[in-house]
Amino acid sequence: MPEELNYHSLAGLVAAAETAGQPLSALVLRQQAAQLEQTEEEVFHHMEENFRVMAACIEPGCDPDLRSASGLTGGDACKMRRRVEEGKNLTGPVMGGALYRALAVSELNAAMGRIVAAPTAGSCGILPAVLLTMQERGATEHDCVMSMFTASAVGLVIAENACLAGAQGGCQAECGSAAAMAAAALVELGGGTPRMLDDAVAIALKCQLGLVCDPVAGLVEIPCIKRNAAGASIAFMAAELALAGIGSRIPADEVILAMRRVGNTMPSALKETAEGGLAATPTACRLCKQVFG
Amino acid sequence: MNVFDIIGPVMIGPSSSHTAGAARIGHIARQLLQEEPAAAQIVLYGSFAKTYKGHGTDKALIAGILGMEPDDPRLRFSPRIAREQGLDVALSTGELAEGHPNTAVLTLTGRHGGTITVRGSSIGGGNIVIDAINGMPVHISGQHPSLIVQHRDRPGVIAEVTDQLADHGVNICNFTLSRRQKGGVAVMTIEMDGGLDEELAARVRALPDVMLCVTLLP
Ligand code: SF4
Repeated sequence: MPEELNYHSLAGLVAAAETAGQPLSALVLRQQAAQLEQTEEEVFHHMEENFRVMAACIEPGCDPDLRSASGLTGGDACKMRRRVEEGKNLTGPVMGGALYRALAVSELNAAMGRIVAAPTAGSCGILPAVLLTMQERGATEHDCVMSMFTASAVGLVIAENACLAGAQGGCQAECGSAAAMAAAALVELGGGTPRMLDDAVAIALKCQLGLVCDPVAGLVEIPCIKRNAAGASIAFMAAELALAGIGSRIPADEVILAMRRVGNTMPSALKETAEGGLAATPTACRLCKQVFG
Repeated sequence: MNVFDIIGPVMIGPSSSHTAGAARIGHIARQLLQEEPAAAQIVLYGSFAKTYKGHGTDKALIAGILGMEPDDPRLRFSPRIAREQGLDVALSTGELAEGHPNTAVLTLTGRHGGTITVRGSSIGGGNIVIDAINGMPVHISGQHPSLIVQHRDRPGVIAEVTDQLADHGVNICNFTLSRRQKGGVAVMTIEMDGGLDEELAARVRALPDVMLCVTLLP
């Protein structure tokens, strides 16, 4: 019964999709429509709007003159894009495309542009980077939008069992969760099974376990923007491994709980307070003075 | 929670707490003023005071006071728009002894001379709480349709107001009452699940001891 679909565990969602013989996204859309007391078309349309806002971030995000409010960042997406378009980058148009798009959306966020939190503003570049790159490689907009329901379902499970905020769980909870969500979307777009989705989520999270939240000067710029590029590449890596049939020995639900415990034991200096990690380096302190005087 | 709490909201960056939340605080203050603002005095506290330049917190607050939503692309040009629209803005920073670290106190003066002082805090993920209006403690999350009712502190006033809500089939999910002194002026903050409309607000406004009734929609 789709109405009884819940977000207590990823294993539960995977089992539901296997039983139904349908992609997880279809089940999630149906359940959300019931929960929100809207039609499936209305809920789909709302998600489609979000996808279009994401797509609209790329061009302004690639403006070479883009600068953040602090003046610390901007203009890097343009450099990466140029290299990809010249065909010179090492890893080809898929990885290169994901990298420049992740930078574009994150840099636009830092420059007070209009973005979609996914799941947060700090990690807003990861999901659009992978989806828009897949669209460029031939995925339809419809399929991209549907895969966002699968990605959201992963986010809902993480929110229920751990958390999504850097201030609460470190960057593993923010960029880590975004990469896990993006990996799940990629598995669905790549035609993978629900089981593979679990593996991809587990692999993506495992590779960012322990990542601290240490924004320089407390601003969502350094290292956040590059962690979005990293998150997009980890999402592709995790999806590729899972789609090749490589499983995770630790199931996703256990990785999520491990992430929660790691987050709980992380000192507060490493949870968005800008008192530790990169934020406490001499250069970070100098940049902080430069911005705030 | 639903999927749009995970993928969403659409907002102006860079920070849900320091930018989007700040815009919502400004927007609610403007609604509470109930008229076009002519002057805004903004005092920032805690991490708002420390990092507002990098997060555009000042721009977001001004945008909200101008009536913009947190996803309005004009948000970052709000100081210029304020000048064009004749809104006088004075910004300063201060120290708060207690309260949440991300706090702003906004004093707005309207074109018709009305004035209101609102204290709001951004509590993470774009969520906010307004915890004082004109120095009276309140609790407004802005997530539910709300009625803010200023009234004379007399026996039976609360019942009269809640009777109107019950008649209208409205379910209350949060209620707070505060007053400075017995028999003086009191403020009720009523958050509800839905069903708030102008007709209900007008009925509450018509009650003899009600001095002011403002509706806030999320
Ligand atoms: S370092 Fe902190 S603020 Fe930056 S993206 Fe990671 S969790 Fe967000």
